[in-house]
Parts: sequence; structure tokens; C-alpha cells
Amino acid sequence: MEPTKLVKMANEIAAFFAAEPDPKVAAEGVASHLKRFWDPRMRAQLLAWVDGHAGAGLVPLALEAVRAKRADLAPR
Amino acid sequence: MRCADEHDLGTPARKDGKPVTLEVDGVPVTVPEGTSVMRAAAEAGVAVPKLCATDSLEAFGSCRLCLVEVEGRRGYPASCTTLVAPGMKVRTQSKKLAELRRGVMELYISDHPLDCLTCPANGHCELQDMAGAVGLREVRYGTAGANHLEQEQDASNPYFTFDPTKCIVCSRCVRACDEVQGTFALTIEGRGFGSKVSAGGTPFMDSECVSCGACVQACPTSTLMEKSLIEHGQPDHSVVTTCAYCGVGCSFRAEMQGAEVVRMVPNADGGANHGHSCVKGRFAWGYATHPDRITKPMIRRSIDDPWREVSWDEAVAYAASELKRIQAAHGPGSVGGITSSRCTNEETYLVQKLVRAAFGNNNVDTCARVCHSPTGYGLKQTLGESAGTQDFDSVEDADVILLIGANPTDAHPVFASQMKQRLREGAKLIVVDPRVIDLVRTPHVEAAVHVQLRPGTNVAVANALAHVVVTEGLAKEDFVRARCEAPAYEAWKAFISDPKQSPEALADVIGVPAETLRRAARLYAGARNAAIYYGLGVTEHSQGSTMVIAIANLAMATGNLGRRGVGVNPLRGQNNVQGSCDMGSFPHELPGYRHVSDPAVRALFEGAWGVRLHPEPGLRIPNMFDAALDGSFKGLYVQGEDIAQSDPDTEHVQAALRSMECIVVQDLFMNETARFAHVFLPGSSFLEKDGTFTNAERRISRVRKVMPPRAGLADWEATVALAEALGYPMRYAHPSEIMDEIARLTPTFHGVSYEKLDRLGSVQWPCNAAAPEGTPVMHVDAFVRGKGKFLLTAYVPTPERTTARFPLILTTGRILSQYNVGAQTRRTENSRWHEEDVLELHPHDAEQRGIRDGDRVSVTSRAGETVLRARIAERMQPGVVYTTFHHPMSGANVVTTENSDWATNCPEYKVTAVQVALASSPAEWQARFAEFLEHQASLLPGAAPAPAPSAAR
Repeated sequence: MEPTKLVKMANEIAAFFAAEPDPKVAAEGVASHLKRFWDPRMRAQLLAWVDGHAGAGLVPLALEAVRAKRADLAPR
Repeated sequence: MRCADEHDLGTPARKDGKPVTLEVDGVPVTVPEGTSVMRAAAEAGVAVPKLCATDSLEAFGSCRLCLVEVEGRRGYPASCTTLVAPGMKVRTQSKKLAELRRGVMELYISDHPLDCLTCPANGHCELQDMAGAVGLREVRYGTAGANHLEQEQDASNPYFTFDPTKCIVCSRCVRACDEVQGTFALTIEGRGFGSKVSAGGTPFMDSECVSCGACVQACPTSTLMEKSLIEHGQPDHSVVTTCAYCGVGCSFRAEMQGAEVVRMVPNADGGANHGHSCVKGRFAWGYATHPDRITKPMIRRSIDDPWREVSWDEAVAYAASELKRIQAAHGPGSVGGITSSRCTNEETYLVQKLVRAAFGNNNVDTCARVCHSPTGYGLKQTLGESAGTQDFDSVEDADVILLIGANPTDAHPVFASQMKQRLREGAKLIVVDPRVIDLVRTPHVEAAVHVQLRPGTNVAVANALAHVVVTEGLAKEDFVRARCEAPAYEAWKAFISDPKQSPEALADVIGVPAETLRRAARLYAGARNAAIYYGLGVTEHSQGSTMVIAIANLAMATGNLGRRGVGVNPLRGQNNVQGSCDMGSFPHELPGYRHVSDPAVRALFEGAWGVRLHPEPGLRIPNMFDAALDGSFKGLYVQGEDIAQSDPDTEHVQAALRSMECIVVQDLFMNETARFAHVFLPGSSFLEKDGTFTNAERRISRVRKVMPPRAGLADWEATVALAEALGYPMRYAHPSEIMDEIARLTPTFHGVSYEKLDRLGSVQWPCNAAAPEGTPVMHVDAFVRGKGKFLLTAYVPTPERTTARFPLILTTGRILSQYNVGAQTRRTENSRWHEEDVLELHPHDAEQRGIRDGDRVSVTSRAGETVLRARIAERMQPGVVYTTFHHPMSGANVVTTENSDWATNCPEYKVTAVQVALASSPAEWQARFAEFLEHQASLLPGAAPAPAPSAAR
């Protein structure tokens, strides 16, 4: 899938959780949402984008969520 | 003419009065205070002659046929308008009463054509019945005097005729239009002998009439009569079933002659509709036997090959071999399925089971993805269950109705009538909608507040309302303390109290004065019972889920949950949106909204289905398109959906479909998606199969087969055959066995069975040991999740922005006569009301562009361009234009973008930045699409060959 689309989607998820005052809780919210609702191939591509392009385009909260919960987000 | 199988008790039931005992013809009977003598008599088994009374309408007392004698009272009171009293002794038969009644009947019959044998109501005419009941033997006045027998018939409506020569001016039709439907289209024109029923002085077709059929049903003679009944004659039997149109889920009696439908009559015992209907369910069922039905399975290797009609066995074997080949070449996750809200619970359950058990993945989704998926997400997060909280009847106790992003008079007409009844009784209405929808001002209903917001600012509105609730001390703190998570509430309270969330701060964003928002908030929060109803104007936004959460927050904060008259009520679009979601059609959830990652849930289904289930969520519909274009998704089984027409950014969808190797479409018609398919499995209409639908109030109702499937197999049987061919046998002798399996595996359905549905008529889930007869109102003592959870709902503007290039906002919606992609209603006379999709725009925007009503205009967005006819409409606000997507050639979704809800990918159909300009020819897309359609038509069996299109590929 187009990485730009995945990045846009991840950023929109982050925009919702950004209202949460505790950044750790916000990042967990983003990661949990990705884990619970994204097909593994989408998560793999997002992880590859973070690895290969330093997460270019991702807002800080989305990038932080992916990095902090990388192991959880990797497809089983 | 009402259904012959229904007993008419004369006047409506009274629910709450204290018991009153009286005697009718010596028979004691006890009824609630406020009941008419006529109804009490009927309940005692005594039929009082009547003509102007019927139990769907308030008593009127005009026909003077239902006179009775009451011991100790003088005269002969009309039993319909006389209320019962304790100890009353009523006599319904005496010489004098017989004389009076015969006299009345003589007068009626003296001005009535005596053509009973050739009259379409023959044998079911109440006038005829009453002539018999009163023993009419002669008409002393003759029939040669002044009469109405030369009056002209009005056959303008495609579904019924109005023959004034048969009219007895009982006003039942006028009262049905007023009291039941709430349109007030009919009146009695003139006075005395000149009195006549009139549709406002115009033919019915040109009038305000919405063809709901209430007048036709109420008519005691054949004055208002279905054309289908005139054509066919009287039915020989009837079968109770459920409408296959909108999410109201009306119960109907299919009146039959053998295996042919004569008419559909709304069922007075229907829990959702109580005997009312709309133009779609009542009349637009002709599509089921339309010649466009495809009744033979077909296959082809490429979409440029001609279709070849084959046997079911060959079609299913080919589909299975292709799906297996694709999985072998591209991996188990390269195929998936889409279930339909137009199919039954049993069918959607089987398709998701097929995907999970036979395909071995979770790539299953449903059309709720593009409508109410945010409802499922938002209500699950906050209240704990992905469903509306109330039954429809709950509205009868609402004092304030907050209607957000929904247009019920068009999209949920039967519930709209119920809502209007409550509004006429005095409930207050707040409308939050960018357009002046009918409910803002309609006869005897006027919204107290209309928040005419800019499209895309719902969350700002909800936050502003909640800000007022909290900062003005209108929150029900006791309720919140007892029922909701305290820390989450405190965090939300702090968030929402911020002046940034105030009406004053958000007024410019919303485009509505702060005082209007404050008035709306005070009205909602100050009511004894306030209920929220919402539709796709809430969900089909980039913040659809956030808005659903904000709605739940608002209801929790004001204590408006857990009893009648309140609640959060999503008005579901299609008939079985709720059911298809309940049945595990989402790629992350097994039936009953249980996440696929839960090992205990998987173990339950693994045990029952005998397979290992994948623990990861699958692809959602928009993800399937993206995966198709990147080459990882190649095969799709689509049951009863038309993604090529209904989903946004048509050109993207079509490119995805073209890139796939095997698309199996199961449908009634060669729909737009089928033109990209390799296997066509003919579908069965709701009249051709057994099953259940679950409506917007969680009501599970039976769909009953009244005719054999035209293609030989019901949809569920085709899915079973496909599973078998894939090496995963499914053993069901009847859909009731599928429901039994659903009930075994789904806690909210544990108590559901066909036997119970037959016995009770319908049940609302949860239906289990705790609630054996179902649950009309949820969350009564506690929320399903335990404590309700407030979540923070920051307003995030949509990425879809207006610019100098795209200065207008396009929003899309529905109209009354057409349904969804129109595949059904376009093949009925309903198209007389809506032959094409048009672009509505405000006079100011039209004038700026030199556009006149009826001009062809181009609508261009960042995604694409189409050309429609313009309709200038004051109900639009300047800067906002509107269209529908009922016709494929209109290309509304060529213009809509890929923007979607952050949580669910529900498309943002409601906000697209566009430019509108005069156009002299169809859009390039429309020309290419027409060529493609012509080419595809030439590939159908028996068609003349046509050259392959060049530009369409």
C-alpha cells in the first residue's frame, strides 16, 4: 500500500489520541488502535516506513507510538 | 383496505388508564380507562357496525353507524366516541338501533355504484360488509338522485388509484395522512353534499402525498386501491415477513396468490412499524420479478471475455478453484469477502464464517464500513456495546429530540412519522444539519433550534453543547457518579470546560451563532427526557467516530441513558446494518463484537467450526482496494453489495477491481461491481428465502420465503456450496439451524430461535437467560461495559479544505423514493419521483455561476469530475451543494475522496471540496463509463458483440 496513505491514517489516529494529556497514555492509545484494527500487512509496511525512512511524515505522537510498541505491532 | 387477516378493534388501545369494567350485551369486559365503548365491545367479542372508525386512528364519530344504547342514558351515542365508565351497561343490538343503522346505510348506498361483483374490493369492502351486517334489503331513495357517480378517477399515482365515485367521505384517508403519516397532504374539500377528498386540489402525483399507503390501507371501500390488487384480484393467503429496505425494518404481510405477490401490507402487529409503511416497502417490490434479474450462474476468465452461462456446480467449482489458485500463488491473505446489509443475518454469518474458516483469514468486511462503522466503534468504547440504546417506541416518552445528521422523513420514513407524532404532542426538536431538512419546518412541526452548521464541524458542535452543559451546571452529576468512570469523567470535564470548547470560541468554525448553540444545549440538558437520534451525517466524516463518542459523552453527562424517552439512537441506513455487524462481518471481530485477538473467543469458534482461526485483524474494504493495487489482494467474494457504485473515489475503486484476478459477485442484478467480476452467482430476493433481519433498534425479525428462489438456490445455499467446493463442508438443512449456531456461540443471542421469533413476532437483543424476551432499552442499571467511559473529543478539522479552486463543499445524502445504489428502486415506478441524481445548490451560488434550474453543471473535486443537472434550492446554505448516488451514471462517488474516519476508515462522503460550473457535455468519466457499460452489456449471454472500449481500460 502507498506509504503516504498509511502515514496519513496513522497521523489521523494520533490526532484523536493527542487530546490525552499524558503522552504515554496517548502513545499507547495509538499503538493499541493500530494493533487492534490494522491488517498485519499494513502494520508491516508502516514499520518498514519507520525503519527505512525514519518515519518521514509521521507526527511525533504516531512515530513515538510505533517506536515504543514496535514489538507488539510486528505481525505475528 | 387493510389485510383481511387482521382484526380491527375500531379505536386505538389505551395503555395507561386504570381498569374499568363494564358490560356489553351482557358480557363483562375490563379495559383501561379512556377506551372507547366500541373497542371494549370488540374486546368482549362483540362487533359493532362501523365505517369511519378503525383502530389505527382516533375516533371521529361521523358515520353514525356505530350507535349503541347505554342503560340510564338518553339517545343513541356513537360507540367510537363514547368512553367506557365503571358499571356501564351497553346494548349494541335493538330494533331501534337496527332501524337507525339501516337508515344510515340506505343513504350511503343511494350514492354508491352498485358494481360490487366487478369492484376490486369485492369480498373485502367494509361498506359491503356493513350493508350485510345491518340487514340492508332496500334503498328507498333509489340511485337516480343527486350523486357523485360521474366523478373522475385519479390514476396519476403509479401504485394506487383514487376513485371518488366509491368514496363515503369517512375521512379515514385524511386522518391517516394526518395522524399516522404526518404529511397532511389530504383534506376534505367543499361542504355538505359537495364534500370530497382532495390531495390539495391537484392530482395525487402532483401533490404533497409521499405515497406511504396509509390512506389506501385506511380506506374502507375501493376508493383508494392498490393498482396491483386491481390487476390481480384478492390474495389467497398472506405471509408475515420483514421489509428489505431501510433500517426501520418494517413488518409486512406479503399477500399472495400462490407464489405471486399481490400486495405488501404493513403488519399492525409489527414491533417497529405498528402497521405503517413508506413508499419503498409498501409499493416498490416489483424489482424482485424484474426482467433484469440474472437467474443463471455465469463465469468468464477475464472481464473482457463474454459471460458464459453455466450450472451452479460449474460456477461454484470455478470460483473455488480460482480462489485456491490465488491463495496458493499469493498467500492465504490474498482473498477475502464482503457481506451485505441487504442480506439476512444467517447469510452474513455464513460469509464471514466462510472467510474465516475456509479462506483462513479475517479479510471480511461489510457495507457498514461505509456507513455506521463509527457507531460500532464509538458506542463500544463509551457504553460497551456497538448498538443503539433504545427501541423506536421510546420516542413516545421523549420531551426533547436532538436530531443530528439525519433526515428521517427521507431515509427512515416510518420512524419519522412516529417521531412527528411525538413532536405534534409537544416534544421539542433540535436539528443539527447543514441543510434545512423537512423536519426543520413541516406541517404542525417546527424545530425549536436549527443548528445549521458547516459540514465537517459536528465535533465542534457537540463539544460546544457539552461545554454549556458542564459550565452552566446542567450535568447530572449524580448519574455520572453512580454510572460512569470517575477519573475519565473528571478528565473530560476539565477538557470540555476549557474556554476553547465554548460556543463563543467555536461559533466561527461552526458557522452558527454562539447563542443558538447555548439554546440547544440548555434545551437538551434541561429536559426530563432527551433523546439523540443520528444518521450518516454523523458517521461519514473524518471524525465520525469522535462524533459518536461525543454524542455518548453528552448523553452520559446529562443522564439521558438507561430508560425510555432518552438514549443514543443511530438510525441505520440499510435493513440489516445492525445485523451484519452483529454477525461478525468486521475484520477485527467475531460474532457478538468480540475481538479476534481474544484466545478464549477464538477457542469457542475454533471448537464449533473445527478450524484454527487467525488472531490478527483482516483488511477493511478500503484497505482491500489499496492491497489490490499493491498486488497483495487478488480474490474477492462479494455478496449483495455494489462497492463499485457505493464506495468513494470510484476511479480508485474501479482500478482496484480491474487489478484483481477473481471477483465473485452474488447479486440479483448485473450491478456495477459485477461488470468487473469473473463469476456471477445469481442472488435471491428477500421474498425467496428464510432468515432474519435486525433493525436499528436491535429487533430481530423473520424474513419468510413466499416464493421459490428464481435461480434455484437461496443466497445461504450458494455460500454453503462455495464452502463445500473449497473443502470446508457446512451442514445446514434450513436457516433456522444457522441461527441456532449463532445463538449457541453468541451470548447476546443465546435465547434467540425461530420458534421464539414465530411466537413473539420479534425480539430485541440481548436475548438470553437474563432477558428471555429481549431488551427494548439497554444500559438500564449499568452500562454493558460496567461503568460508562468518557473520552476526550478534540475537534480536528477535516483535511478536505475549500480553496479558491474548490470553493464549495459537496455533501451527499438520500431521498425518499430511491434506496442506496438504486439497484432495487430504479427498477420500480419509484423512479418517477427521482429519475436522475441532481446537484442542489443555493440560489446565491447558482447566480454567481450563471446557473439556472435544470442546467447541466460539472462538479469537480480533487478526486474527479462528473456532470449533473442543477436544482436550485433554498434549503441549501450558501457554499454547500448536495447530491445523491442512486444512479450509477451520475458518478457522485467519482467526486468523493478517499478521506475517511480516523478509527474505522468510514469514508467522508459528507465533505468534499468542489467547484461547480456550467457544462455542455457529460464528464470525461461519464463518456468512458458509458462506453464501458456498452462493452460489458455486449458480453452478456445473447447480446450482440460490441467493439472493446479503448479509453475505458
